[in-house]
Amino acid sequence: MSDGNQPPANLKVVGTRPIRPDGVDKVTGRAQFGADFHLPGMLTGRIKRSPHAHARIVKIDVSAAEKLPGVKAIVTGAEFDVGAGGDIEAGEHAAAMKDVADNCLANGKVFYKGHAVAAVAATSPEIAAEAVDLIEVAYEVLPHVVDVDAAMAPGAPVLHEDMFTKGVMPKPAKASNVAQKHVMGRGDVAGAFAAADVVVEGRYTTAAVHQGYIEPHACVAAWGADGQSTIWCSSQGQFLVRAMTARILNLPLSDIKVIPAEIGGGFGGKTTVYLEPVALALSRKCGRPVKLVMSREEVFLASGPTSGSSMDIRLAATKDGKLTAAEMTLRYQAGAFAGSPVNLGCMTAFACYDVEHLALVGYDVVSNRPKVAAYRAPGAPMAAFAVECAIDDLARKLNIDPIDLRIRNAVKDGAKTVYGATVRHSAFVETLEAVKAHPHYKAKLGPGQARGVAAGFWFNIGGESSAAVHVDEDGGATVVSSNPDIGGSRASMAMMAAETLGLPIERVRCTVADTTSIGFSGSTGGSRVTFATGMAVVEAAQKVVADLKRRAAQTWECDVAHVDWKDGVATCLDPSKDVKPLSLKALAGKSARTGGPIAAEVSLNAQGAAAGYGVHVCDLEIDPETGRTTILRYTAAQDVGRAIHPAYVEGQLQGGAAQGVGWALNEEYVYNAKGLLDNASFLDYRMPVASDLPMIDTILVEAKPNPRHPYGAKGVGEVPIVPSLAAVANAVSAIVGRRMTSLPLSPAKVLAATRAS
Amino acid sequence: MSGVEYLSPGSVAEAVKALQVEGARVMAGGTDLLVQMRVGRAKPRVVVDLKRIPGIADIREQDGAFIIGAAASGAAIGEHEGLRKAWPGVVEAANLIGSTQVQGRASLGGNLCNASPAADSVPALIAAGAACVIAGPKGEREAPVEAIQTAPGKTSLAANEVLVAFRLPKRAVYSGDAYLRLIPRTEMDIAVVGAGVSVTLDASGKCVDARVSVGAVAPTALLVEAAGAALIGSSFEEVALAKLEAAVAAAAKPISDKRGTAEYRTKVAAVLARRAALIARDRAKA
Ligand SMILES: Cc1cc2nc3c(=O)[nH]c(=O)nc-3n(C[C@H](O)[C@H](O)[C@H](O)COP(=O)(O)OP(=O)(O)OC[C@H]3O[C@@H](n4cnc5c(N)ncnc54)[C@H](O)[C@@H]3O)c2cc1C
Repeated sequence: MSDGNQPPANLKVVGTRPIRPDGVDKVTGRAQFGADFHLPGMLTGRIKRSPHAHARIVKIDVSAAEKLPGVKAIVTGAEFDVGAGGDIEAGEHAAAMKDVADNCLANGKVFYKGHAVAAVAATSPEIAAEAVDLIEVAYEVLPHVVDVDAAMAPGAPVLHEDMFTKGVMPKPAKASNVAQKHVMGRGDVAGAFAAADVVVEGRYTTAAVHQGYIEPHACVAAWGADGQSTIWCSSQGQFLVRAMTARILNLPLSDIKVIPAEIGGGFGGKTTVYLEPVALALSRKCGRPVKLVMSREEVFLASGPTSGSSMDIRLAATKDGKLTAAEMTLRYQAGAFAGSPVNLGCMTAFACYDVEHLALVGYDVVSNRPKVAAYRAPGAPMAAFAVECAIDDLARKLNIDPIDLRIRNAVKDGAKTVYGATVRHSAFVETLEAVKAHPHYKAKLGPGQARGVAAGFWFNIGGESSAAVHVDEDGGATVVSSNPDIGGSRASMAMMAAETLGLPIERVRCTVADTTSIGFSGSTGGSRVTFATGMAVVEAAQKVVADLKRRAAQTWECDVAHVDWKDGVATCLDPSKDVKPLSLKALAGKSARTGGPIAAEVSLNAQGAAAGYGVHVCDLEIDPETGRTTILRYTAAQDVGRAIHPAYVEGQLQGGAAQGVGWALNEEYVYNAKGLLDNASFLDYRMPVASDLPMIDTILVEAKPNPRHPYGAKGVGEVPIVPSLAAVANAVSAIVGRRMTSLPLSPAKVLAATRAS
Repeated sequence: MSGVEYLSPGSVAEAVKALQVEGARVMAGGTDLLVQMRVGRAKPRVVVDLKRIPGIADIREQDGAFIIGAAASGAAIGEHEGLRKAWPGVVEAANLIGSTQVQGRASLGGNLCNASPAADSVPALIAAGAACVIAGPKGEREAPVEAIQTAPGKTSLAANEVLVAFRLPKRAVYSGDAYLRLIPRTEMDIAVVGAGVSVTLDASGKCVDARVSVGAVAPTALLVEAAGAALIGSSFEEVALAKLEAAVAAAAKPISDKRGTAEYRTKVAAVLARRAALIARDRAKA
């Protein structure tokens, strides 16, 4: 095993590409997703939602709905009783529970079209729908604001009368839509700008975009007569659903069991609750199980997109391309309640570069939009869009190759980040060099084509995880994971266990346990599962190996120090013993006689997650008469530590790039003059379809395996969305002949800019 | 969707009779109707499925003319070799509708009668000079395709009329047609603009007949007669094409919405009409 410096070589399972264990179930339809559970006597729930962007609820009259035969329960926000306690760590940021509750069912005011106001449970979907129509809500419609800059302007309608900007001294006298101001920086920025050879600057905007997971939110909740309840749902964390539901309904954690369903995508968007507390409140009221499933329209209207943003940036550099200073203001939409990832935008903006003088200001701004939720590297893609476009400007101005300019300024191990961490185990320079050496970067462009390059960073996290390894009597093993599998983690968990135990991968299965069957774990988010939960799996497997060695020593009556474990077989090193090696299978078969079942569970708080860096290259062309962009070739390179299952790592890179291309080209929340979302469907919310993209090429850079993980793994799931916005935008700008600063780069916008230049 | 009666008449006469009932709606492929019922936008009491009527989904050639049953699916249209040769523009428009799955059901009758201004096959059918055969209580009548849509979601068909078939005229020797649409993506999207053009040339390559139609730039698909006139007598020189573009831009009366701005639609309608005209010309020469 690792001595803590270099991960082991000569691996048999790690680094191979076995068939995905959940694949057959998914392609045959046998997999059970959130909406697939049925219980006897189950009712259908349905949610009444606000038709207004901003309104005070004057009265909710449920009397007519209650009288409708088949209606069994109706709840409003009055049913919630948010228990005491601080914020809950949710994916990548802390969730204020009062806000989460008010988002699940409005409390006095609605803040966006689609905001939940009441819910019904009835004996059929038709009756539930009719009951929702019968609920009468009297509103006092209020002026609304959806744009982030407009929401910050003096005189803007204020959403929360008790919102006084945090982070400014003294406390503001007036309420505003700015929830918090974040300031970070170092050095003498003004001095560095005064001394600069070159300065580039720009103002950039990005639209709010949705995670676009295929599976809408869904759950079944069953309240027990003894007050103990069960929830079946698809989420990124069964423990998180339990914690949030318990807090909102003021229940003890141990009275709620959450059973994770198969999950059809999350990308961060399933690290909060929308339905579970509502379904459980309905079930509590009528004593029957209640199912709640969102429609796609509800997903768009009322579940988290990520922030739209507006940003100002200035860079200072020497004439040979050394970045000396940067100044940036970031304004991020939080949606209806505080909590945009603008602080993460500030922290990541310049994390790729060694810049001595930095000044960053971030504003977390509420407006009449759905509350944002985490989305793949929350906050980083927008900031990277502005930074990487500005660096592209600098490269053009100085006539330096964009990769060379980035290599010149790349962070190296030992550098200090603006948020205080020291850079370790980074392979950013190696990633840039890998791109430079790749055939794509050297390929000639055709007439009318252009190439964009951009980089990106994500922290990756560790944190609390639990896992168990059970050796079966026939010599196979079962791994019990605490994390919903959204990116193929059952495969990588099984692979790491197989490697450690010395078993072939086919003899190890992995399952995801409910909240009562395994120790606590943080959610599947922050690119943490292969790192942190993987660490727990490996430690549990190591404990099993130690136990197996002890049992072999006991059998042979030798010292355990004389037992060697290799490839799933114990060998006696004591020359005085004439004994045959004992395989895992043999030891498992007689476990009853050597101390009972062979199993181990490990709970830990994983430290040492190493950050990741990505570099993307995008070739494209634009129809000059229609402004339509076609992506011709795309390569994503990434510092991945070591890839446990390379095919899934490549899949993460391709998926992140695909989502980023959508963000860059066509995705946006479109609001009408009344502040109502106008495109709540996959028809008009234009995510890329398969035929929009070429095969995305990947380069896995394994130059710096993470020594803090037994097999060298780093998080890989979030980095790959970060560079893609600017990689596309830099190529589009090159063709248009002017800097394109506003996403999405839709055909109409590009055509107008082409004609103007 | 509770309480909906489903009828599948075995003849056009029976279908017309079934439509006498208040709240009855025709269904062909159902790819518009069922989606609208699911979201509550359409609430028919009776659904009259046409697909069991003999011949309603057939494609027939008669002395060089084609008769396409109103319920013929996009897939069947795409597989009909004779039709593909004679009317490649109509076929490519029909085949742009939806995905492979949708193609198995979506019909030209449904595309026209759903009366979306962005319906893909409609500009191609108008450019082709197609006529509709319509059955009602008093028998059959014929009307040109451009007379059917009257406003978004509205047609000139009476509630008890059924569109039975489309008639495509016999082609002259040097004839060709084409349909192009603009969508920001590559598929599964609704036309921001669509343009259909059909031309006939003489032996020297000069245009002797032309029809131009654009979609998604007005409440209904438009037949732009001035654009066709711009081509007639020309050999597709720049001057003629510029006139065609100007005529299309002048005729376009688009709105700005989530799918595109009015300005953009106007510009792109002209561009697509020109491009479609050139493709139609090349096909006519081939
Ligand atoms: C996923 C998806 C993608 C789509 N993509 C496209 C696209 O790219 N382009 C496009 O143009 N459309 C698209 N559509 C819309 C739809 O598929 C087409 O309009 C299709 O041609 C409708 O045909 P249908 O036979 O399914 O019509 P139906 O749904 O059966 O009927 C549509 C309407 O026409 C009426 N009707 C049907 N037939 C007759 C008749 N013979 N006489 C009188 N009235 C009639 C019905 O009462 C109804 O009002 C898409 C739909 C879906 C679900």
